[in-house]
Amino acid sequence: MAEKVIKRPDSMYSEFARKGGAAPTATHYCPGCGHGIIHKLIAEAMDELDIQDRSVMISPVGCAVFAYYYFDCGNLQVAHGRAPAVGTGMSRARDDAVVMAYQGDGDLASIGLNETIQTANRGEKVAVFFVNNTVYGMTGGQMAPTTMIGEKTVTCPEGRTAEQAGYPLHMAELLNELKAPVFIERVSVSDIGHIRKAKKAISKALKVQKESKGYAFVEILAACPTNLRQSSEESIRFINNQVEKEFPLKNFRDISDCTVPLFRGASDFSKKSLDNIFNLEKDSSLDSVDTPNFGDIGIKIAGFGGQGVLSMGLMVARAACDEQYHVSWYPSYGPEQRGGTSNCSVVISGEAIGSPIVYEPDILVAFNQPSLEKFASDVKKDGVIIYDSTVGNCDHIIPEGIKSISVPATKIAMDAGSKKGANTAMLGIMLATGRTKLPPEAFNKALDETFINKPKLIPLNKKVLNAAVKWAEKNIK
Amino acid sequence: MATQLIKGNTAVIIGALYAGCDCFFGYPITPASEILHEASAHFPKVGRKFVQAESEEAAINMVYGAAAAGHRSMTASSGPGISLKQEGISYLAGSELPAVIVDIMRAGPGLGNIGPEQGDYTQVVKGGGHGNFKNIVLAPNSVQEMCDMTIQAFDLSFKYLNPAFVLSDGVLGQMVEPLKFPEKSISPEPDESWAVCGNAETKHNLVSSIFLDFDQLEEFNFQLQEKYDVIQNSEFDYEEYKIKDASIILVSYGISSRICRSAVDVARQDGIEVGLFRPKTLFPFPGKELLELARSRKCTFISVEMSNGQMREDILASIMYSRPVELVNRMGGNIVTLDGVMKKVYEVADREN
Ligand SMILES: Cc1ncc(C[n+]2csc(CCOP(=O)(O)OP(=O)(O)O)c2C)c(N)n1
Ligand code: SF4
Repeated sequence: MAEKVIKRPDSMYSEFARKGGAAPTATHYCPGCGHGIIHKLIAEAMDELDIQDRSVMISPVGCAVFAYYYFDCGNLQVAHGRAPAVGTGMSRARDDAVVMAYQGDGDLASIGLNETIQTANRGEKVAVFFVNNTVYGMTGGQMAPTTMIGEKTVTCPEGRTAEQAGYPLHMAELLNELKAPVFIERVSVSDIGHIRKAKKAISKALKVQKESKGYAFVEILAACPTNLRQSSEESIRFINNQVEKEFPLKNFRDISDCTVPLFRGASDFSKKSLDNIFNLEKDSSLDSVDTPNFGDIGIKIAGFGGQGVLSMGLMVARAACDEQYHVSWYPSYGPEQRGGTSNCSVVISGEAIGSPIVYEPDILVAFNQPSLEKFASDVKKDGVIIYDSTVGNCDHIIPEGIKSISVPATKIAMDAGSKKGANTAMLGIMLATGRTKLPPEAFNKALDETFINKPKLIPLNKKVLNAAVKWAEKNIK
Repeated sequence: MATQLIKGNTAVIIGALYAGCDCFFGYPITPASEILHEASAHFPKVGRKFVQAESEEAAINMVYGAAAAGHRSMTASSGPGISLKQEGISYLAGSELPAVIVDIMRAGPGLGNIGPEQGDYTQVVKGGGHGNFKNIVLAPNSVQEMCDMTIQAFDLSFKYLNPAFVLSDGVLGQMVEPLKFPEKSISPEPDESWAVCGNAETKHNLVSSIFLDFDQLEEFNFQLQEKYDVIQNSEFDYEEYKIKDASIILVSYGISSRICRSAVDVARQDGIEVGLFRPKTLFPFPGKELLELARSRKCTFISVEMSNGQMREDILASIMYSRPVELVNRMGGNIVTLDGVMKKVYEVADREN
């Protein structure tokens, strides 16, 4: 037994080819079901507003899962409760589309409650048609978030109690707490009188979409005679006398007249715009080239967070990149970072780099004692350890035979006028040892790039770098 | 040509922008959040669309919406978020929609920690959500590939109308290397033969994963498998390093493969003939090539991965259990170490001498 819809609007197919079967003009809904009536009202409104071509209908999971059988417009069928999120994606991609989400009370108010509220709160350009029939229709009449106290369903056979299941959710009221929605109304399709008013609200919600004004929500009280085991007269009485009492019919909001249309604009795909974002013209190096006899150099830099450990590593990496070597920089992150210590690995190589993590550094730069203790024994036999002299006497930590340099990095930086430049001072020492095999120009250029957005710091840091090189010339034998 | 020092996570967004990705939808999770940050910073500059979604489920369904419109859209997350996206990914596969998902793997199960891991292999490579579907899965091992494979993922996902993954990890996401910027940018047009664009041309299109009729759904499932066969035969990719004379073959992808490359060099200095086979695509898995290697010599494979040996199972199946496949693995946020790989290499070399 299937209900027939007479006098079909253009926005509804005259024959339901997607449904197929023996009765191509009958819907799949039960007789007396509210869904068929609501479909027709939506399609009529689409005709009247002349938005059929622009319309995208999103079918939910629930009895209206096959809404796409009927609406003669673009159609999507989506996961349970996710219609508003899908609507968001569609609307963001297609600024001109009239997007509709059609959902039942399980779909919208239970599994999809988050998407429902958040989509409304973002004010997405979506019209949501919420069919409140107080039960889960498709799955056989289980309790819905909208089931009323005392109402019997297959999962509250003795009637819903507040102790067991809380109270019915009032979606229109809930959404009316939000700022963004443009239109919110609750209507009913129980009988002819109600249907006429419902039509107006549905039209209004779609007009808001036609005019690109934002989010609209229409809650529609409807019958599910099958699951509530009601005759058509009983279901009319039930909705008019009981459901309406719990869910009063009302326009909660209509600010469409004072809302300006929202257009999100066209996307720019030109290469030029992208190159500009990344400042490719001014700020780029030449590609790396293979120089096999360069070998590779592993550098580990470690200290407390805030000592400029990571940025020092990046400066070395920049210098190497500018010299067209292969280079990688990898910071410790996660558990290792706990306790405020941090370290990074830099590998400079003439060929494609294997491990970006340096296990046996050629150069270790340690800003504090824990770092020195942790990594000193890993340093290669012919490697070098550069550490901050404020750490104190560390001879006992330095493995035998390994060259080490104690550097008053903070003092060098301070004397050159920089409070925070200890890492640049260390960079200067590293440069002066010649172990990175990178020329001084590369380090100076790296400073230019590092402070590109704080140009005042460039001369200051260069001063620190030079002071450190001078210190090294005098003090390192 | 232009090269800059770029972080792996940033390279993903650079790739996406040059690939013509129009919409980014994401939810924060370490160590993938930087992708979200970069998208939020750069997408609006060129009118591309960015939404910070309320959850990973919402994000993947926003992707579904934009993908249904035929636009290039993407999301990025990490383990727990990927688990949540699986429903949506199954719907994408069932509706044959193109989309790119980036997984910067972290350590699990459960909340685990934010350290790097490769424990999402199975949930991503084998499909992961419900139903008989597969994702196209690309596995970068450098910042350059984070960018290039994001572009490639878009191309493949649109070529086959199938979700495509860039399966990466926390190390690659955090790492900085020189990136050669893409030499062209793509201006995509929706394919109006299937997309739903909210216009007269596409009015009769339907995006759906429903087939009520059992036989029709079975037929569709067989068609999907045929599509996967085509992908298997034409899109597999791998890289070999010093494999010619190798009797010990390391098999490794992503960050682990970088450590393995170093291990090959160290082992060869010691006179041990070790090579590296690196799958660049995980589905399609380059299994035939592994089988050929297994048949060509008496070799031992060592699967090196940061998981409980999830890829090892695919190696074993590919070579039909014809050669031993050892495992070197770390989990819990720990990175495979050079020492760890070398220990196993020496052990195997000793045994074979
Ligand atoms: C993830 C998921 N969980 C559960 C279901 C099963 N399911 C299908 S329809 C439905 C409830 C639909 O009820 P409602 O949203 O009220 O719509 P109605 O059928 O009453 O129109 C459920 C739970 C599903 N399809 N997907
Ligand atoms: S079960 Fe209820 S909601 Fe579903 S079609 Fe029948 S009457 Fe309508």
